Amino acid sequence: MKLYCLSGHPTLPCNVLKFKSTTIMLDCGLDMTSTLNFLPLPLVQSPRLSNLPGWSLKDGNAFLDKELKECSGHVFVDSVPEFCLPETELIDLSTVDVILISNYHCMMALPYITEHTGFTGTVYATEPTVQIGRLLMEELVNFIERVPKAQSASLWKNKDIQRNSGCSMEDGWECRDGGRKTRLLPSPLKDAVEVSTWRRCYTMQEVNSALSKIQLVGYSQKIELFGAVQVTPLSSGYALGSSNWIIQSHYEKVSYVSGSSLLTTHPQPMDQASLKNSDVLVLTGLTQIPTANPDGMVGEFCSNLALTVRNGGNVLVPCYPSGVIYDLLECLYQYIDSAGLSNIPFYFISPVANSSLEFSQIFAEWLCHNKQTKVYLPEPPFPHAELIQTNKLRHYPSIHGDFSNDFRQPCVVFTGHPSLRFGDVVHFMELWGKSSLNTVIFTEPDFSYLEALAPYQPLAMKCIYCPIDTRLNFIQVSKLLKEVQPLHVVCPEQYTQPPPAQSHRMDLMIDCQPPAMSYRRAEVLALPFKRLFEKIEIMPELADSLVPMEIKPGISLATVSAVLHTKDNKHVLQPPPRPAPPTSGKKRKRASEDIPDCKVLKPLLSGSIPVEQFVQTLEKHGFSDVKVEDTAKGHIVLLQEAETLIQIEEDSTHIICDNDEMLRVRLRDLVLKFLQKF
Amino acid sequence: MDPECSQLLPALCAVLADPRQPVADDTCLEKLLDWFKTITEAGSSLQLLQENPCLVELLCHVLKPQGLSARVLSFSLRLAGVFAAQESCFQYLQQAELLPGLFGEAGPLGQAAWSAPTVRSGWIQGLRSLAQHPSALPFLADCGTLDTIFSLQGDSSLFVASAAGQLLVHILGLSLQRPAEGPPSPQACDWPVCAQKIVGHIEGSLRSMATPQVTQALNVLTTTFGHCHGPWMQVLWERLSPLVACLLQEDPLPAAHSLVDLLLSVARSPVLSSSDCGLWETLAQTLRRLSPAQAGPLALGILKLQDCPQALRAQAFGVLLQPLACVLTAADQAPGPPGLPEGTTGDSVTVDTLLSSKSACAGLLCQTLAHLELLQPLPQRPSPWPQAPLLGAAVTILRFCNGSAAPASDVGGRLCAILAGCVRVQRAALDFLGALAQETGPQELVTQVSAVLLEYLRSPDSSPTVLKKAFQATLRWLLSSPRAPGCCDLDPDTQLFLRELLPVLRKRLCSPCWEVRDSGLEFLTQVTRHWGGQAGFRHALLASEVPELAEQLLRDPESYVRASAVTAVGQLSSQGLHATAASPEQLGGQKESLLAELLHVLSTDSEGFPRRAAMQVFTEWLRDRHADVAEDTERFVARVLQAASRDLDWEVRAQGLELALVFLAQTLGQPSARCPYAVAAPQATPPGPLAQALRALSRVRLFEFAFRALFDCDRPVAQKSCDLLLFLRAQATPSGGLQEAEGSPDVVPVEAALQRWRAGEQGEPLGDLEPEAVLAVLRSLDLEGLRGALAESSDHVEKSPQSLLQDMLATVGVRGENQADCY
Repeated sequence: MKLYCLSGHPTLPCNVLKFKSTTIMLDCGLDMTSTLNFLPLPLVQSPRLSNLPGWSLKDGNAFLDKELKECSGHVFVDSVPEFCLPETELIDLSTVDVILISNYHCMMALPYITEHTGFTGTVYATEPTVQIGRLLMEELVNFIERVPKAQSASLWKNKDIQRNSGCSMEDGWECRDGGRKTRLLPSPLKDAVEVSTWRRCYTMQEVNSALSKIQLVGYSQKIELFGAVQVTPLSSGYALGSSNWIIQSHYEKVSYVSGSSLLTTHPQPMDQASLKNSDVLVLTGLTQIPTANPDGMVGEFCSNLALTVRNGGNVLVPCYPSGVIYDLLECLYQYIDSAGLSNIPFYFISPVANSSLEFSQIFAEWLCHNKQTKVYLPEPPFPHAELIQTNKLRHYPSIHGDFSNDFRQPCVVFTGHPSLRFGDVVHFMELWGKSSLNTVIFTEPDFSYLEALAPYQPLAMKCIYCPIDTRLNFIQVSKLLKEVQPLHVVCPEQYTQPPPAQSHRMDLMIDCQPPAMSYRRAEVLALPFKRLFEKIEIMPELADSLVPMEIKPGISLATVSAVLHTKDNKHVLQPPPRPAPPTSGKKRKRASEDIPDCKVLKPLLSGSIPVEQFVQTLEKHGFSDVKVEDTAKGHIVLLQEAETLIQIEEDSTHIICDNDEMLRVRLRDLVLKFLQKF
Repeated sequence: MDPECSQLLPALCAVLADPRQPVADDTCLEKLLDWFKTITEAGSSLQLLQENPCLVELLCHVLKPQGLSARVLSFSLRLAGVFAAQESCFQYLQQAELLPGLFGEAGPLGQAAWSAPTVRSGWIQGLRSLAQHPSALPFLADCGTLDTIFSLQGDSSLFVASAAGQLLVHILGLSLQRPAEGPPSPQACDWPVCAQKIVGHIEGSLRSMATPQVTQALNVLTTTFGHCHGPWMQVLWERLSPLVACLLQEDPLPAAHSLVDLLLSVARSPVLSSSDCGLWETLAQTLRRLSPAQAGPLALGILKLQDCPQALRAQAFGVLLQPLACVLTAADQAPGPPGLPEGTTGDSVTVDTLLSSKSACAGLLCQTLAHLELLQPLPQRPSPWPQAPLLGAAVTILRFCNGSAAPASDVGGRLCAILAGCVRVQRAALDFLGALAQETGPQELVTQVSAVLLEYLRSPDSSPTVLKKAFQATLRWLLSSPRAPGCCDLDPDTQLFLRELLPVLRKRLCSPCWEVRDSGLEFLTQVTRHWGGQAGFRHALLASEVPELAEQLLRDPESYVRASAVTAVGQLSSQGLHATAASPEQLGGQKESLLAELLHVLSTDSEGFPRRAAMQVFTEWLRDRHADVAEDTERFVARVLQAASRDLDWEVRAQGLELALVFLAQTLGQPSARCPYAVAAPQATPPGPLAQALRALSRVRLFEFAFRALFDCDRPVAQKSCDLLLFLRAQATPSGGLQEAEGSPDVVPVEAALQRWRAGEQGEPLGDLEPEAVLAVLRSLDLEGLRGALAESSDHVEKSPQSLLQDMLATVGVRGENQADCY
């Protein structure tokens, strides 16, 4: 059993598990932090961005100045943003049988895999995952396609430039290589991972084609894969339709835990009990901000929002169109009256805003119990319906059109993309960035807020970082592991040591026994257990014919003669065909060749040989010079005179004597006296 | 006993003895027993029994196995004990063979009823009552009673088990109490039989080394040494202390907690602590022997003792400081934390305890911090008090808890992992830090304290309870901060701290969590109350937007927050720090609006807390002659009283009377230093101003408010009103006074209204009252009598023994009728 690790991002995993005869891809996450190296795509022509100076080397060489621009000491690629794909070279992805998706954030690389690698299998995911995943992809494609960029930079990715940049240096500008000056990229571009795998965004056509390969599943549904293994999605409590997966055969069980939450937010609670008794538990998708508790962060979010609006400023919340935003809107629904914010408009701007708000209300069966019961009243499960009804929350597909007529300040705007590189958020950053009355509040934990803000510097608006990540923290993981007790834990290497910035926080890592096995990008792990058993069914008529014999209380044995029939990874013992009635000699001969030999052979033996008694018996039968030696596996009985030795081990007994068949048979019969036959 | 009761008693006894008529109500039996206790305390029990033979019959009835209910059985046992407490009656019941029957093998002890805990409890309490005289001792010693008590010490019911222990203590005390003969000899054979048996049993239990038995024995001894003070105590301790010392050799130590209790009880006993009986050595040995968590309470107990050898105190203090020393070492890397008493280094046992589990670590640290907090204000606390290391330890623990400490060692790293986010320890450490504000420390540490408090107040991860503690600790440190020399304003460090603190407070007042908003407002109120006059504070506060936010919270959805906001805004306004006070041109109009806003709260808020808070603010404003109030005091008082009189919450009405009293005192020229309730020796108010003053009271309708309150359905309101009117009467009609001068006023409408109110009608205002009429009514009312009646408990009318007996019989009677109906 092997695990191929295609992504190094702990919360955007992409692993391939080879288990029995199947090849299963676990999640298909797309690392979008690569976009932080690119200039933002402004919706409206931005003189500031278009007038940024090109980057040139110290010696004045400006061969990259068309591709790289400088802003407040940072260098950005002036091109269509690109994403960092999972490894495609480590394993032939056309051999992948199935892809299991655990939540909508972990499927964003799907079109790259299904459309460009020869993949012919099936993708399994729950309905909300697919629907909301589609919205996220649609938004992404829309954000990027609606701002066509003439230029596509590729020179900076040139292998020579990259290779030389890899040379580690303090200031990163140049280094002496055998006396020759080598030109280098500036940081952070020189540290960027796997630049060669970076790709531009997929198209809507690819998205549709990829999504058409998905088969919908429900929680606890058992899906047979080629009869060899069974996979089952379980509720993981993190997002609408989010799942963990159980992959099991008759005697082995692998649990895949990805993006789970024990907090009571909107999704169905996490199913922990079904994870018990796993041989291997692959653990990914823990909280990215282990030191921030979501409750405190929501409080921080609300307080800062209120303070800004009270002083006449606007609040910008860069966010995804689904997920935490539902919880934030619910909090604000309760909070705005107490904070005297009832007259402040809330705007939600996204090409998929309307669908997202409406989808959330129709997936009742995937919601937590409280919200489910509301549906029967009947009431909408989320209170944002009421915010919309009372006109406190308004949603628009983009800043163009109706929004510009309705826009009133001060206000609160929720819009994407959280990377601040594309989407309507770019416009608001440009619009509000100059006033210190305004505040941008980062709630999504996926991007470093400082890096996200870099191309907007200098910035006067206030920045508040309150990342809300409801996924498991290390305390919860340690409780979970105690509860479900897997034999082995496998996790990304980041989880096996404290975060680099807080190296003394030994509590911020996975602590379990035996220690977790860790993986990193492009690594192949041999999972530490061997398959010992296989299940074989016995046909009823064959079972009928068995005559068990009790050899110990509670243990019976029977000999079976049968034909082993294997099809679709299932093994069945069938009764042997009856010997055909003897007909003509020729035919009979052929028949006897075909039919397995089912004559009753020598009887089978069971039991163990008590050495002392055996020696006494030997002496009784005239062997006088018996010596016994203990060995690691059992005993050796030496008959010196006869130059014979009897090796007695747990599962075998050998009589070794030189060409004295009489003696051997005598000794054999003595040995047999101690064993049961059947 | 009065004849009416004597007549009812036989019927009642018959009912009690009849198993077919179960008594439903336990409280009746309790009351009945109380009544018998008062009777027997006042007179002879023997006579009572002889005059009421039904009582003896009832007791006899218990002896027959007839399935009496457990509660009647228990009641009878206790009743017998009450009677037998007198020696004569004891003899009488003995002769009638009643006592052995009730308390011996033949009684309930051998019956099925014994399985009911209430019967076992009644049995013990009966014995407890009768064991009052030496003649009871042979009875207790003879019929196996003591053995039963011994076994009841391990009873499944905690009440029974505890009562059994108490009874043993009582019997032991009774049997060893021989004032004439001096202390008993140390030889056990000379002791009374009861004492011999009990002490023998205790010795046996201590020798058994089994935790339950040892615990029972130690508990009995603890109570004995805590309650009895005879010279025989010393003899007893000398005899038992070797066995206690033996316990200390055991591993694991059985019943460590009980052992600590016993040793402390012995040490506190004046007889023993003054004599040299090896007690101090035992204590020292025990301190060494106990685990850190067990040793804490003992160390605290030792340090609280008045007379105790210095070496032992030092040892105890060292034990108490151990966990903090470990924390300091873990964070500091220094060989030993500076400033702690010598020998206090984190020992390995304490370190192991701290690192063994999260709960053990939190438990030990919380206990230690709580103990030190208790010790800190005591006069007998160790001196020199290690203020600096304690401050350092509190700060370090808080830093471990929020993950900001940089651990210097492996132990520190593990401690950090265990403590990170531990709310319990955070709360305890903040409490302790607050307590340490009584004294200051080195400037560097004080700066650290400020920094860590700010960290906690700022952190989004601080839970609401932690935040509340952080606010409280901050307040204590702020108020203890030194003033700059030669200047009455705040020192520069404090000003700097305030500048950082106020934005945090501002954010906290916007928190979505109401507990946080509430504690923020409480903090604001307190700090303003103390520092409202400091220019530095005023300047920083007015620049901070906090006053505006506080006023905004008057409309909070949570009533507790509204109440706190009312108090805070009231306080701010008293100090001239109200949000709008900053703009002088709007002064009049805006200020009026705050008064109007609070009046609005008082008259419309749906919850009681904000309305009560508003009344308190108004009273304070009136007392301090707040500028808004002083503008037109009469109008203010009239409006407040009008709103208060309609309020459904009695506390608001009572507070209204408080405000009325303040106004009364101010109007009648009461010197503020005098207690307003002191009716005696009133100062004569000259008649001219008096008439004016009374007219003012009439204009604000204070009389009507007070008279209505006099018949309020809530007793505290009526009492308060009664006091107020008594005070008014004494003030306004000093011997002679107004009445002769004015002739007889028309009191008819007033008295008619009072009649209606007394009858419970609420409507119909009284209209303008002539002061003379009010005084006349005041004179005619029996206010003293009313006050006396109100002082009685509410059930005093119905609380006669006769009515109790009648009630009990009536309930049974009704039951009987119902049964008849059924047939």
